[in-house]
Amino acid sequence: MEYWQIRNTIYWGMQIPQCFKGKIIMKHNSRLLIGVASLFLILMFFFPIWSIDLLAPQYPEGIGLKIWINQITGLKPNDLNNINGLNHYIGMKAIVPDSIPELTIMPYIIIFMVIFGIGNAFWGKRKLVYLWIALFIILGAIGMYDFYIWGYDYGHNLNPSAAIKVPGMSYQPPLIGSKKLLNFTAVSLPAFGSYVLGVSVLLTTAALYFDSKRGSAK
Amino acid sequence: MNSTYIRMITVAVVIIASVFLVHNGCQQSKDLISGDVAQQVYVKPGTYDDFYLFTSGGFSGQVGVYGLPSGRLFRVIPVFSQDAERAWGYSEETKPMFMTSYGSVPWDDAHHPKISQTDGIADGRWLFINGNNTPRVARIDLTTFTTAEIIEIPNSGGNHGSPFITENTEYVVASTRFSVPIPNRDVAINSYKENFKGTISFIKVDNDGKMNVEFQVLVPGFHYDLAHSGKGPSHGWAFFTSYNSEQANTLLEVNASQNDKDFIAAVNWKKAEEYIKQGKFKTFTTEYYRNYFDKKKHTGVSEKKTEVKVLIPSECPGLVYYIPTPKSPHGVDVDPSGEYIAAGGKLAAVIPVHSFSKIIKAIENKDFETSIDGIPVLKYESVVAGEVKDVGLGPLHTEFDNEGFGYTSSFISSEIVKWKIGTWEVVDRIPAYYSIGHLCIPGGDTKKPWGKYVIALNKITKDRYLPTGPELTQSAQLIDISGEKMKLLLDFPTIGEPHYAQAIPADIIMKNSKKIYPIEENMHQYAVKAEKETRVVRDGNIVRVYMSTIRTHFVPDNIEGIKVGDVVYFHVTNLEQDWDIPHGFAVKGANNSELLIMPGATETLKWEPKREGVYPFYCTDFCSALHQEMQGYIRVSGKDSSVPLSWNTGK
Repeated sequence: MEYWQIRNTIYWGMQIPQCFKGKIIMKHNSRLLIGVASLFLILMFFFPIWSIDLLAPQYPEGIGLKIWINQITGLKPNDLNNINGLNHYIGMKAIVPDSIPELTIMPYIIIFMVIFGIGNAFWGKRKLVYLWIALFIILGAIGMYDFYIWGYDYGHNLNPSAAIKVPGMSYQPPLIGSKKLLNFTAVSLPAFGSYVLGVSVLLTTAALYFDSKRGSAK
Repeated sequence: MNSTYIRMITVAVVIIASVFLVHNGCQQSKDLISGDVAQQVYVKPGTYDDFYLFTSGGFSGQVGVYGLPSGRLFRVIPVFSQDAERAWGYSEETKPMFMTSYGSVPWDDAHHPKISQTDGIADGRWLFINGNNTPRVARIDLTTFTTAEIIEIPNSGGNHGSPFITENTEYVVASTRFSVPIPNRDVAINSYKENFKGTISFIKVDNDGKMNVEFQVLVPGFHYDLAHSGKGPSHGWAFFTSYNSEQANTLLEVNASQNDKDFIAAVNWKKAEEYIKQGKFKTFTTEYYRNYFDKKKHTGVSEKKTEVKVLIPSECPGLVYYIPTPKSPHGVDVDPSGEYIAAGGKLAAVIPVHSFSKIIKAIENKDFETSIDGIPVLKYESVVAGEVKDVGLGPLHTEFDNEGFGYTSSFISSEIVKWKIGTWEVVDRIPAYYSIGHLCIPGGDTKKPWGKYVIALNKITKDRYLPTGPELTQSAQLIDISGEKMKLLLDFPTIGEPHYAQAIPADIIMKNSKKIYPIEENMHQYAVKAEKETRVVRDGNIVRVYMSTIRTHFVPDNIEGIKVGDVVYFHVTNLEQDWDIPHGFAVKGANNSELLIMPGATETLKWEPKREGVYPFYCTDFCSALHQEMQGYIRVSGKDSSVPLSWNTGK
């Protein structure tokens, strides 16, 4: 983006849309909390949001995947390659992070939500804060659905000439929780990055709550 | 029946019964082991041993790796002997490791393993071991448990007194067991006294382990047997036992056992460094090889050397002193403080313990008995600190614990004798089954013994194990030394003949143990980093197959266009990056061996097909559920065939 584009984006971004214009501005402390909650989201760039651990007797040292907002890595170096190697027996497609568009989009969504949240801290408009929370819940739901679709696709779209074919068997990892997949038990759980998101939403909700308390007390 | 007759029968019965009981009692007491012993050596399935034990393989040429206290064998590290299982000495990469000035020598007699040290404490980086036959020293990398380097020792008749290292692994020492003409030449054997000499070599070890024969000391033609380097106050010195000061060249068992005392040679290597710096050495022209395994290239390299620096004691005063020591001494062992030097006189009834501070004083006072070829002989009385009496017959070696005791092995009386440093009194003894040679205490020849156990390394086992024909297993015994009395815990068989051994707490080594070779660091000339790089290239009658393995296929696995008379090199890269997933490669009719390729490594098998036909090749390491399917075919056509070179997998 050119400088003027960035400047205009920020300028128009700072303008509160007409429909949300009103007189009531949130209290200072609540707005501060909203700002903190938004900045807190930046931690999502440094921690995985989801983990899939694979437990099997042959891997006492553990093997698994970490899903980040912008990449998929192994629990240990080489785990991703080794998992792809194992999966070829059942005809599962190789997991190639570069070919998953969500990993490109997600960072922008988080950046947008951070900026939006900081905007809320400036503007102090309750309706916009509600919108921020609603947006996050919708995005989260879409994300989980998307994750399910990917899992379904990997688990069901198997190469028909695979070496190991178990009639009726599919290898979709669980969305949350654990599931037995042949000799592996797959345990899929949110990781620290997801908790960061949860805490950020909770803090913002709390800010709304405190603001309304104080408002009614007045 | 008259009463005399009854009395006679009674007496006879009592005599027979008591003899029988006494006999049985002896039999029992020999094997009496109390109930809690089993718990002391029991390592629960799925749990680790506390110590690694490295034993020399003796005539097997290899090194055995065991766990203590269980005595379980984990690995045999190929060192001086070819090992078809791992293609050691058969693959193109490892052939250079066996190079000597006599050509490839595919075997040796490995005696003394020695763990590298920092500040006199075993640090677990490397294990050194000597080759006695064709004088060599090997260095084993303890991150991979593979032999990293083998250096030949020039001007030596046999490398027995080796590789005893200095406190910070500055040097590995080597002394010739057989004196020989130096430089070696055609002389009458009975001109021994006139022509034969000994050498003591100092091999410099640099920070990444690289060895170099830095200098040698030319010494009188005795047989130099064993050694230990000084530590603490005696750091800077190394001590070498010698026998055959009679300089006999035939029937040594008699002729080399005549003198009441032979010598320990005390060499001041710091002084030697000064003389080298001053240029007081002679350069001897000779020939020897240094072979090392290039870790990045996964390939052995041989370097020929033609010169060595030699110091002559008569021209270098203060370099060597002789310490008279009774009766053909064998082991020479320095206590943890570095002050006491114990010698084991094979044919002596006492262990003389020399005092380092007394040695220094005697040198200052010029307390010399005589001198041999310019080497002053110190007076025994001025340097001995004490004699341990009643040590049994044939005392050989001493190791030390962390509580001020020495433990000496006595070969002829087949026992370990425990004695106190300072008072020199024997406090305990325990039989060894049978004929103990060396013994080992974890850290027992360092500044910091970990104690806990002594391991007896025995020469004969006789009735201790199920018989296996004329040759019986060799054996070690684990003895608890944590209490006042030594307590036998366990017998366990060993590979080859265990001469010396070294033990070290497991955590020092296991934390550095490598799991894979990162494929991106593989700089082998013929490596492939991915399946798409595999190919077959012909250059005249040389055919190079750039092959990859990964569970569970070879690429390529169908090869055609090879002809009788071709020399085929299979350069096989294991693309796996997972721990404990080697792949094997074996091709029918190979005159060398299989390959066993570790994850991320490349190895090469040379194959010269002699007849037309189709030859299977396959993976020999049960790598996965479809291991049996991991195979391929190579088609060999006639000399003048026009079958084009082609290769594929999955077409």
